[in-house]
This record gives sequence, structure tokens and C-alpha cells, in this order.
Amino acid sequence: MDLIGKLAIQLTQMLVVLLLAPLLTGFVRKVKARLLLRQGPPLLQPYYDLIKLTQKEAIVAESASWLFRVAPYLIFSATWVAAALTPTFAIGLLFSWSADLIAIIALLGSARFFLALAGMDVGTSFGGLGSSREMMFATLAEPALIMIVFTLALIAGSTELSYVAAFMMSPAVGLRVSLGMALIALVIVALAENARIPVDNPSTHLELTMVHEAMVLEYSGRHLAMIELSSQLKLLLYITLIACVFVPWGLAPSAADFSTHVLGFAAYVGKLAAAGLLLALFEVTVAKMRIFRVPDFIGVALMLGLLATLLRFMSRGL
Amino acid sequence: MDRLDFDVAHLFAGGLVLISFMLLYQDRLYALLNMFALQAVVLALSVSWQAHIQHAPHLYITAVITIAFKAIVIPVALHHIVARLGIHRDVENVVSVVPTMLAGIALVALSMVVMLRVTHGADALAREDLAFALSVVLLGLLMMVTRSNAVSQVVGFMSLENGLILAATGAKGMPLVVEISVAFSVLIALIVIGIFLFRIRERFDSVDIQAMDDIRGEGR
Repeated sequence: MDLIGKLAIQLTQMLVVLLLAPLLTGFVRKVKARLLLRQGPPLLQPYYDLIKLTQKEAIVAESASWLFRVAPYLIFSATWVAAALTPTFAIGLLFSWSADLIAIIALLGSARFFLALAGMDVGTSFGGLGSSREMMFATLAEPALIMIVFTLALIAGSTELSYVAAFMMSPAVGLRVSLGMALIALVIVALAENARIPVDNPSTHLELTMVHEAMVLEYSGRHLAMIELSSQLKLLLYITLIACVFVPWGLAPSAADFSTHVLGFAAYVGKLAAAGLLLALFEVTVAKMRIFRVPDFIGVALMLGLLATLLRFMSRGL
Repeated sequence: MDRLDFDVAHLFAGGLVLISFMLLYQDRLYALLNMFALQAVVLALSVSWQAHIQHAPHLYITAVITIAFKAIVIPVALHHIVARLGIHRDVENVVSVVPTMLAGIALVALSMVVMLRVTHGADALAREDLAFALSVVLLGLLMMVTRSNAVSQVVGFMSLENGLILAATGAKGMPLVVEISVAFSVLIALIVIGIFLFRIRERFDSVDIQAMDDIRGEGR
């Protein structure tokens, strides 16, 4: 019975992340448009886009290899697995033993690896340019993420997400400067990894500045739909990760009844809406950086991560 | 000792180190001065928290002196100097940001290793404060080394002095007389440095320290 319950929660979670991801993107776009006093596209526009894209013919360049065709599915599946492992509304997932923070980073890293390969595969100059820029950012963002994980692991005593979330809900956490630094660092990494505004603009195709869009320029039809959906999933994943570690209130504990889960779900939707609102507000207030300023920006995250780990290490030694 | 006491002290002291890093990162003079004022405010908070948990009322006076001189008088005076010199546009770094940051992290690690080993057996709060204070001092020195603008070197020097105050309060406070005289000597240092800045500008038409090296024939 217990197994069936856990399995049901796990399956719901997988569907929830898949279904909510386009809605979140649509919501952020809508709020941004409203803040700029524009009407903006309808809230459900990302769903319409995805449906339209899957019905269109997929055009593949002549010079593309098999890798170009499989990459979208690989990227999507890696991102989906990572998103399904992160506790959204309940902790007691069937696969929570495998929801290790390092495993999630590895899944995202391999998704990025395939995306960069696919960008270079066709041999156009834009794809290579986008891939090289993406990798330049990743060389700083990924160590920063690892440092954040170290900090969390030192505080909570485990890298397993459900354990960390449960620890953060308990009063044993206390007031810690390391956690604040880790939060800021994680937000910076999330902005960089999701190609949001100070780093990259997800809604332009300007040659000088585009990073993520340059890599996926050659994709069309269902392949593009997969890529779009996985980048929406990635945004949802990062917000979920931040919510689950730093604002875990409302998460349903493992052996909870049905109503607690419903409550947890409502709390999750509320957290997503708040995060989407903050993201949109942030994006309309800052300007995009020059491409060579970005390493400095992500370097701050790396520095904060290192400092947080150091401080935590020190206060533990006392 | 109470868990919360330690956590709050840790929070403030860690915040001081963090602001030292922000000072290193800042490349605009006005923003640098605002950040310096913020560091003084956090230092005052940290000192008053120490006064509260150590039951040492004279530390409150230290906090008030810090707020008055370092958060108000010195930043405002430096603002005026920067405006009079007309150099509010930028700060040129000798070394670029990322290597400076990494060097800073290395210094923090160094000060922790040294202090935690040297102060073995002392009170946990004092050990932690001393380690953070040494980091703030070293970061201030690093700032004086990496910046070539005279005004940002002055800010580096003043933030170094913030580290000294943190160390003094952590180690069960220093006598009030010493504290007040240190505060006044810093103020006098500011006046002297202010006069010097204008003298340097008069002579070399710039407050970039590089100009002095050039005139001595040591230019790069």
C-alpha cells in the first residue's frame, strides 16, 4: 500500500512538472508584458506554441549527423528526470533516494553537453558561437553550483534533496550567514543557466548577444518543441530547487494523508507564482550585460559559494 | 553559550567579510564609498551585539563612535573630496576582478587556518571573531595593493581599521580610552590624507599612484 502511494505521488509529480512548466513561462512573459504596460500574449501561449511546433515539418540541415536528431530527446529526457526528482509538493517520493543534488547537477550538465554538441553539429557559425559562449558560462556556473551543494551538505549532513528539505524545515537550522550566501549564489546561477536577462535574453535573436538561441537556431518542428519544453522544464526545476531548499514550508512530509498533499500542492503553486513574479520584476528592472561582463557576474556566485563553504567549515570547527 | 548568540555574532562578522569582498569588487568610487558606509553600519551592529552578550556597556559607545565617524563623517568627507577632484567616473583596477577575488578567498582561508590554530582553547566566539577580523584586515591590505587610485586606497586602509575594531571587541573589549583615541587618530588620518590627495593632484594632475612611479622613472 505504501509503495502504491509513493508511486502515485512520484507519477503525479512527473506529470505536474511537465504540465506546469509551459504555464510558468507563459506567466513570466505575461507579468513582464503587464509591467511594461503591454497586453502580452495569453497565459496559455507556450502550450499553443508547443502544439503548433509538433504539427510542423521538422527540417534538418544536410550536413547534420544522427546526433543532431537525437539530441533534443536526450536533452528533454535528462531535464525531465532531473525535474521529476526534485521534491515539488511532497518529500516522500519513490525515487527520493536517488534525488541526490550531485546527480541532478550531473543530469543538467549532460543535457548542456548534448546541447552544445548539437549546436556545433551542423557547422554553421552561429551554432559554434553559441556553444562556445554557453561553455564559457558553464565553466564558472557549474563549480559555483557544486560549492553551493557542498555548503548545503555541510549544514544538513546529506546531499539527498528530500533529507535537506526535511532538515531545513526543522528548527535545527538556526540563523546562518552561509545559507544566505548560498541562496544569492544559487539565484545568480539559476539566472545564468536559464539564459535570463542579465546574462542572455530568451526572446531575441540578435547575433551579437544571443547564447542559448544561437545553439538551437537550426532546429525546427518537433525537435524545436522538445528543446523549448526542456528549457521551460529547466526554469521550473531551478525555481523548485530554490523553493525546496530555502522555503520548504508547505512540503508534505513522507507519510502524510491526502489533504496534506493537496495543501502542499497549493503551497507549491503559490511559490511558483511568487518566484515567477519576482523573476519578471527583476528582468524588467535590469539591463542585459555585455557578454564579457557575464563571467564577472557568475564569478560572484562562485565567490559566494566558496565563502559560504569556508564560513560553514569554520563555524563547525568551533 | 546560547546558540542564538553565537549565530547572530557569526552572521554579523560573516557579513563584514562579505562586504569587504564587495569593496574589492566595486569599480565605481561613489558606490565604493556607500559600501564602506554600509560596512561601518554592520560593524556597529556587530559591536552592539557583542556589548549585549558580553554585558559590556562601554562597547555601545564604540558602536556609536563607529556609526558617527565611519558611517557618516568619513564617507561624506570622501564624497566631497571625490566631487572636488572630479574623479567620480571610475576606478581602475591593477589586477582584474576574478584573480583579485580568488586571492581574497585564499587570504580568508589563510586567516582561518592561522587563527583557529593559534587561538586553540579560547572562547569560541573570540576565536571566530579573531579569524574574521584577520580576514577583514588582509582584504583591506589586498585592496590597497590592487587599487591604483589614491581614494580607493584610503577606503582600503579604513576598512582595515574596521577589522581591528572587530578583533578588539571580540577579545573581551579594549579600554574605552584606547578606543576613542584610535577613532580620533583615524579621523586625523583622514584629514591628512585629504590634504595629501589635493597636493598629489596639484603636482601630478591625477590621483593615480602610477603617475608617481612614472616620475621616479619606475614606470612599467
